[in-house]
Amino acid sequence: MKILVPVKRVLDYNVKVRVKADGTGVDLSNLKMAMNPFDEIAVEEAVRLKEAGVATEVVAVSCGVAACQETLRAAMAIGADRGILVETDVELQPLAVAKLLKALCDKEAPQVVICGKQAIDDDANQTGQMLAALMGWPQATFASKVTLAGESTTVTREIDGGLETIELKLPAVVTTDLRLNEPRYATLPNIMKAKKKPLDTVKPDELGVDVAPRLATLKVAEPPKRSAGVRVADVAQLVDKLKNEAKVI
Amino acid sequence: MRESMEFDVLIVGGGPAGLAAAIRLKQLAQDKGTDVSVCLIEKGAEIGAHILSGAVMDPRALSELIPDWQEQGAPIKTAVTEDRVIFLSETGGRQIPNALLPDSFHNDGNYIVRLGNVAKWLGEQAEALGVEVYPGFAGAEVLFDEAGAVKGVATGDMGLTREGEPGPNYQPGMELHAKYTLFAEGCRGHLGKQLEAKYKLREGVDPQTYGIGIKELWEVPAERHVPGLVVHTAGWPMDSATYGGGFVYHLEDNLVSIGFVVGLNYTNPHLSPFEEMQRYKTHPEIRKYIEGGKRLAYGARAIAAGGLQSQPKLVFPGGALIGDDAGFLNAARIKGSHAAIKSGMLAAEAAFDALGAERSRDELAAFPEAFRTSWLHAELHKTRNFKPYMKKGLWMGSLLFGIDQNLFGGKVPWTLHNSADHTALKPAAECEKIAYPKPDGVLTFDRLSSVFLSNTNHEEEQPCHLQLKDAGVPISVNLAQHDAPEQRYCPAGVYEIVQEEAGPRLQINAQNCVHCKTCDIKDPTQNINWVVPQGGEGPIYQGM
Repeated sequence: MKILVPVKRVLDYNVKVRVKADGTGVDLSNLKMAMNPFDEIAVEEAVRLKEAGVATEVVAVSCGVAACQETLRAAMAIGADRGILVETDVELQPLAVAKLLKALCDKEAPQVVICGKQAIDDDANQTGQMLAALMGWPQATFASKVTLAGESTTVTREIDGGLETIELKLPAVVTTDLRLNEPRYATLPNIMKAKKKPLDTVKPDELGVDVAPRLATLKVAEPPKRSAGVRVADVAQLVDKLKNEAKVI
Repeated sequence: MRESMEFDVLIVGGGPAGLAAAIRLKQLAQDKGTDVSVCLIEKGAEIGAHILSGAVMDPRALSELIPDWQEQGAPIKTAVTEDRVIFLSETGGRQIPNALLPDSFHNDGNYIVRLGNVAKWLGEQAEALGVEVYPGFAGAEVLFDEAGAVKGVATGDMGLTREGEPGPNYQPGMELHAKYTLFAEGCRGHLGKQLEAKYKLREGVDPQTYGIGIKELWEVPAERHVPGLVVHTAGWPMDSATYGGGFVYHLEDNLVSIGFVVGLNYTNPHLSPFEEMQRYKTHPEIRKYIEGGKRLAYGARAIAAGGLQSQPKLVFPGGALIGDDAGFLNAARIKGSHAAIKSGMLAAEAAFDALGAERSRDELAAFPEAFRTSWLHAELHKTRNFKPYMKKGLWMGSLLFGIDQNLFGGKVPWTLHNSADHTALKPAAECEKIAYPKPDGVLTFDRLSSVFLSNTNHEEEQPCHLQLKDAGVPISVNLAQHDAPEQRYCPAGVYEIVQEEAGPRLQINAQNCVHCKTCDIKDPTQNINWVVPQGGEGPIYQGM
């Protein structure tokens, strides 16, 4: 069984985000990038399924600039067998990525695609769902437990107020939530081995996909600073402020 | 049993010194048509993540290493256009005419850089030459062979619990063996410290003496920005007996690097380098550059300032200390990256010749010999008395250093000596308390909002990397005699005295640590031992 895992290159979660002075986006120049943490969980899950003898091959895919190769190498250091880079300098939106992944699914014919539930940069939470729709496959989002057996997969999902367990026919799309697993630390020998694993590069044109953005960003702004609290003299003043200043009662 | 790998040369630390050594080794191998395997490990999450410096860079050594660095796209763009040295009083400042300044304060031909970006670029050059560069791996332990020579280092274990037991994600460290191991950990490297002790490298030299540098990166309004301007200040907010000074460097893109260095031989335990830096920015001569701007980044790092007379022996069987691990910084010139690069190159040349002669794990005596006849030695020799003069106070020290440099060109027949910084603190009761102003949230800030801007991260489930030799000393000695100075000298709020019913207790917030090493240096009884946490942790400086 082949598992395909899409991985996205995003700003490292430890690095503080800064909005560009002109409000057109986030400043990424020369900053430390890393694999989207939810995608790391996806890679880990796929590699565990391979180690358990359920899966036979784990293919990591990244879409974006040439530097996404580093993200693929990181996935291969965790244990993915090979990588595919869909290289483009165009800003990729979720629909474009889903279409690229569809083209690769048609080619690679994986039984399962495990994606992160969302990327920590745009927080869109769309790519997995769009891919499932484009493929006409069942989907299980926000997975906290995944069991593969024969022709189907049983997935426990994190939903509001509890857990939901569903069974899906394969092939299917699964998106990972935070509690699915804790990714391993990549070891030095595995990082070295990852440098020698196969990595193919394709262009969106070769896959016949138009990746032109459908959405335009109008403005990016930092959240307003929280102002300091004030001490009120008595309940009457509090009620007055709630009513007339905050206008919440 | 840990796995192991063999290399010709292993380099611990991906700063200017380590990367220069790696690059030089590969260049020499290319020139001679031979092959040398070089592995470089770096504890930061990426190359440059733990680099913090002013920085004004003298390109001399880099031009020797990579003559066409400009064409190769080095992020070294802003040439120094003007030097200003200002003596500050509390409210005003007096600029020293440039004609009176010693040569060491002139920066013609130098560049203002973000040294982290330079290191990142050097890392790319090294990788392109075939160096195996592994950020995210900390050198945790020196390995010795049966003959007592260094045979490499072991990287740290990952995924240990607080108690030091293997956790669910445990990955043992790995042994990296080499014919020669170069230690380039920067100032006060924790392995370098062990090597100095084991091989008695400090015998017959003065104790090293240090400073703590605290730096912020600001984006300022265009009208306040003077690209290429270098400002150095002495005086306020230090009293004239305490060594310290500030800098304001105007980079490209409306960026200003601003920092303050306090000599760690300060005597008053009430002094807080962090708060000195904060109030420094409020001086009219300083605030005029940053008012209306925005603070982007924060960090701190200790620097070795003792000069030649405090330099340990550079070599031992199986390896060498290079860069600021060996105290190559030139305090009088307020820069060290050129010295780091040059020292790395010289060590690499010695190691390459030794490998060519089929030698391994012996002493690279050719490295200190080459250093002694190099321009770097001449430069460091000329300014060797700077820090000791400054012990005489700002005014007398400046006068004496000025005479030494301007009249004698540094060729005075005497060499003054340094003493260890941790012995300098006086009892708190004998010293005046310092009333620092509250942060205003505009120009001045508190420790925690500052550490936030260093992108510092440590897994909480791991053994504390700030080890106490005696758990009772922080209260019985540090608090009782010196009012717990670690609360103030730590620029990251790691050390906190917590009052509990059973009495006061020292709390160590190790996850805040920015790896500056000040505690390891200044703790009055040397009770704090800084060791590496998990690889890839600590600050993630972005071009600091």
